Amino acid sequence: MSALLSVKNLSKEFGGVHAVEDLSFEVEQGRIHSIIGPNGAGKTTLFNLITGLYQPSAGSVHLNGRSLAGHKPHELAPLGMCRTFQNLQICMNMSALENVMLGRHRHLGQGTLASLLKLPALRRGDHACRQQCADLMEFVGCGQYLNHHASAMPYGALKRLEIARALASEPDILLLDEPAAGLNRTETDALRDVIRKIADKGITVVLVEHDMKLVMSVSDQVLVLCYGRQLAEGTPDQIRANPDVIDAYLGSRKPEEEALA
Amino acid sequence: MATVKTHRKAPGLIALFVILAVAPLLAANAFHYDLMIKICLTAIVAVGLNLLVGYAGQVSLGHAAFYAGGAYASALLTQNYEFAPLPAMLTAAVAVGSLAWLVGRPILHLKGHYLSMATLGLGVIAAIVINNEDQITGGPDGLPVAPLSLFGHELSVFGSYEWFGMTITGTQLWYLLAAGALFLAVWLALNLIDSPLGRALRALHGSEIAAQVAGVDTAKYKLRVFVISAVYASVAGSLYAHYSGFITPDIASFGHSIELITIVVLGGMASTYGVILGAAILLLIPQFLTGFQELEMVLFGAILMAVMIFMPRGLVPTIARRFQKEAA
Amino acid sequence: MFSEFFQFSFSGITLGAIYALVALGFTLIYNASHVINFAQGEFLMIGGMGTVVLMDAGAPIYLAIPGAIVMAGIAGVLLHKLAIAPAKNADVVTLIIITIGASIFLRGLAQIFWGKDYHALPAFSDTESLSVGGAVLLTQSLWILGIATLLVVALGLFFTRTALGKALLATSMNKDAASMVGIKTGAILTLAFGIAALLGAVAGVIVAPITFTAYDIGIMLGLKGFIAAAIGGLGSSTGAILGGLLLGLAEAYTAGYISSDYKDAVPFVLILVILFFLPNGLLGSRAVERV
Repeated sequence: MSALLSVKNLSKEFGGVHAVEDLSFEVEQGRIHSIIGPNGAGKTTLFNLITGLYQPSAGSVHLNGRSLAGHKPHELAPLGMCRTFQNLQICMNMSALENVMLGRHRHLGQGTLASLLKLPALRRGDHACRQQCADLMEFVGCGQYLNHHASAMPYGALKRLEIARALASEPDILLLDEPAAGLNRTETDALRDVIRKIADKGITVVLVEHDMKLVMSVSDQVLVLCYGRQLAEGTPDQIRANPDVIDAYLGSRKPEEEALA
Repeated sequence: MATVKTHRKAPGLIALFVILAVAPLLAANAFHYDLMIKICLTAIVAVGLNLLVGYAGQVSLGHAAFYAGGAYASALLTQNYEFAPLPAMLTAAVAVGSLAWLVGRPILHLKGHYLSMATLGLGVIAAIVINNEDQITGGPDGLPVAPLSLFGHELSVFGSYEWFGMTITGTQLWYLLAAGALFLAVWLALNLIDSPLGRALRALHGSEIAAQVAGVDTAKYKLRVFVISAVYASVAGSLYAHYSGFITPDIASFGHSIELITIVVLGGMASTYGVILGAAILLLIPQFLTGFQELEMVLFGAILMAVMIFMPRGLVPTIARRFQKEAA
Repeated sequence: MFSEFFQFSFSGITLGAIYALVALGFTLIYNASHVINFAQGEFLMIGGMGTVVLMDAGAPIYLAIPGAIVMAGIAGVLLHKLAIAPAKNADVVTLIIITIGASIFLRGLAQIFWGKDYHALPAFSDTESLSVGGAVLLTQSLWILGIATLLVVALGLFFTRTALGKALLATSMNKDAASMVGIKTGAILTLAFGIAALLGAVAGVIVAPITFTAYDIGIMLGLKGFIAAAIGGLGSSTGAILGGLLLGLAEAYTAGYISSDYKDAVPFVLILVILFFLPNGLLGSRAVERV
C-alpha cells in the first residue's frame, strides 16, 4: 500500500515554543488515521500545517507524492484535500444548503459574465449541484435542515454540515478536527457511523479527536502526540497497551484516561 | 426525501417593476422627475456597492471616486475625443474597472479598518486630483457634459419627444432610461448573488477560512467583486454626467463616498431591495427637511444615528425579520 | 536654505503634535471599544469654537478654555452613553455610520448655535514669534508642543500609576476578564470616550490661534487624526504619536518643497504607501487568526 499523505520531520515554532517538533508519519490510502494527545499536544497546529494555514518551520508534507510546501489553503481542495474545524467555520450569512454548495466551488462555473447573466449552462450546473448537496446533507444526517438558514441550526447539526461541505469538494483525504467536541453520546455514535460510511466510500480520513471511545472504535491507525512530538503509533489495540501512552495520559490526569483503561 | 426549495426571484423583480412603473403617477412636475432619476442612478451605485460591502463584507469608504471616474471619463471622451456617449460610457467602465483592479490588488489584502482607511485614502486622492488638475477637469468650476444620444437620437432633458402619438418630455424619457438601468442593475446583481460566484463572495463575509478550504482564492474574489462594484459606480456616474449636463468635483468628495456607504448600511446590508429604499430615503430626507433649513444637518444626523442604533441591520432586513417572526 | 528647512520643520512638528493628539484620542477609543470614531474631529471643533463663543460672551480666556474643554468632555460621554453603548452588538460598519451620524449632528448643532463664520483665537503669548536660525518660530508652536508633551506624559502616568487608568487598560486588553475582576467596563468605556474628547478639545483650542476655527473644521482634522493612528498602527499609543509627527512633517515638507495644491493629498498617499509595505501600520500588532 502506498502512503497518500506523508509528513516528514515537520516542525513549527511559535516564538521559541515548539508546537510541533520533528514529526513524521504516513497515512495510507482508504484508512481512518486518528491523531490523539492531551490538550496543547499540537494536534490542531499539525492540521493547520498540513492544510497550508501555517507555514512549517522545517520539514515537509506530501500528498500523493506531491509536496505541499508553499501551497495556499485554497489550492488544497483541487489537490483532493479538505478539512473541518474545531471551532466551526460556517457561513452564517447563508442557508445550510448553500454552505454545502460552497464546498463544490471548484466544480462549478465561476465566470463573471455568465454569473451576472445567469447563462443556461451555469444554471444547469448549479441545479445539479443543489441536488447533490441535498443528498450529501442527507448522507451526514442533517437532511432535516435542508431548507434552514445556517444561523437557525443547532451546534451538532452544524458540525455535520461542515463535514457535508468538505465532502462536497470530493476529496481523496478528509481531515476532521474534533468533530465530536460538544456532541452528546447519541450524536457521537451517529458521527461514528458517518465517519465509517465516508471511509467506505474510499475517502481517507484523518481524525483529531478527544473522544477515546470514538477514536478506539473507528480508527485503523492511531498516532499519539505529546508536546508536539510523537509518543506512539499503532493500531488501537497497540495504543491501548502502550505504557508510554498510559503514562502520558495518567500523568496529565485527563478525563480520557477512563476511556483508555 | 425533503424537497429542495429554490429561491424565487420573480416576485421581487415584478414588485420592483410595478413600483418603477407606478412612480411617475406620483410625479407632479419636472422637479419630482429629477429627484426620481437621481434616486435611480444613486441606487445603481448602491446595488453595486452592496455586492462589495453587504455580501462580500469588504468596506469601501471611497466609492465616489469610481462614480466620478465614470462621470469625468464620459465627459472628457465625448467632449475631447469625439466619442459617442454609449461607446464613451463603455470605455469609461473598462477604464474605471481596470483602475479598480490595479489599486485593488494591493489594498484588498488589508483587513478591516485598514481596508476602510485605504479606500478612504484613494477616494480623497481622486477628489484632490480632480480639483487640482483644472486644465483637464475644469477644477472646482466643473465641466459641461454633452447630452446623451442613443443611436443618433439626442436625449436632452430640455427636449420633447413624440412616442406612439404621445408627447413625452425629455425628463420623462430620462426617467424611463434611469429606471430601466436600475432594473437591469438589480436583475444582474440578483443573478450574481445566487450563482456559484455569488456564494463564494458571500463566503468571504461569512467565513474566509471556509471559503479557502472550499478552494476559493479569496484575494482574487475580493478583487473581482471590487471591480464589479466599481463598474456599477462608473456606469451610474456616466449616466449622471449626461443627465445633469454639468459635473463638479463634489461627486468625488469624501462626503459623497460616505453618503453611498450610508445608503447601503441604512437600507440594509446584503439586501438588494433594501439599498434601493436606502437611496430613496437618503435623497428624500433633505427634501422633507428643507422646511427646517437650519435644523437640516442636526435632524439628518439624528435620524441616521437613531436608525442605526435601533435597526443595526438596516431598514429592510429588520422589517423583514419582524414580519417573519409574526408569521411564525 | 537651512532657514527654509527649519521653517518647514517647525510648522510640521506643530501640526504633527496636533495630529498626534487626535490620533491618541482615536487610539484610546479604538482600544477600549474597537470603534473607529469618525466624530473625533468634532471634539476639536467644540474645543476651538467653544472657547471663541465663551470669550465672545465675556468670559476671560482662562475660564473660556476649560469651559470649552468640559463641553467637549460632556459631548464625548454623551456620545458613548446615547449612541455607541445602545448599539453594542452592531456590525463594525454600522458603528462607523453611527459615529458619522454623530459628527453630522454635532456639526449641525454648532452651525445653529455658533454660526458658520471662521474665527481666530488670540495667541497665548503676547510675543507672537521668535527668530530661530533665520526661521520664524511662532510662540504658539511652543505652547502646542509643550501642552501636547504634557498631555502625553499625563496620559502615560494615568495609565501606569492610577487604578482608574489601569482599569481602562485592562478593559482594552480583555473586556470579559476585566469585568470578572469587578471593573465596571461600561463606565470605563464611557470614560475612554470622555478622555478622548478632552484630548481632542485641547488640540482644538491650542491650534485655533494658528489655523482658525469654524463649525466644519472637524472633518479634515478628524480624518488626518485617523490616518495618523493608522500609520502608527491602530491601537498603539506610541504609534499614534509617531504617526502624527510623521504626517505633520510630510505635509509641511510637501507644501514647502513640492506643491501646496497637493498638501492635503499627502496624508492619503502616505497611508497607502505605508499600508502597502506594512499592512498593520508602523507599530501595529499582527493579528494571528485562530482556527
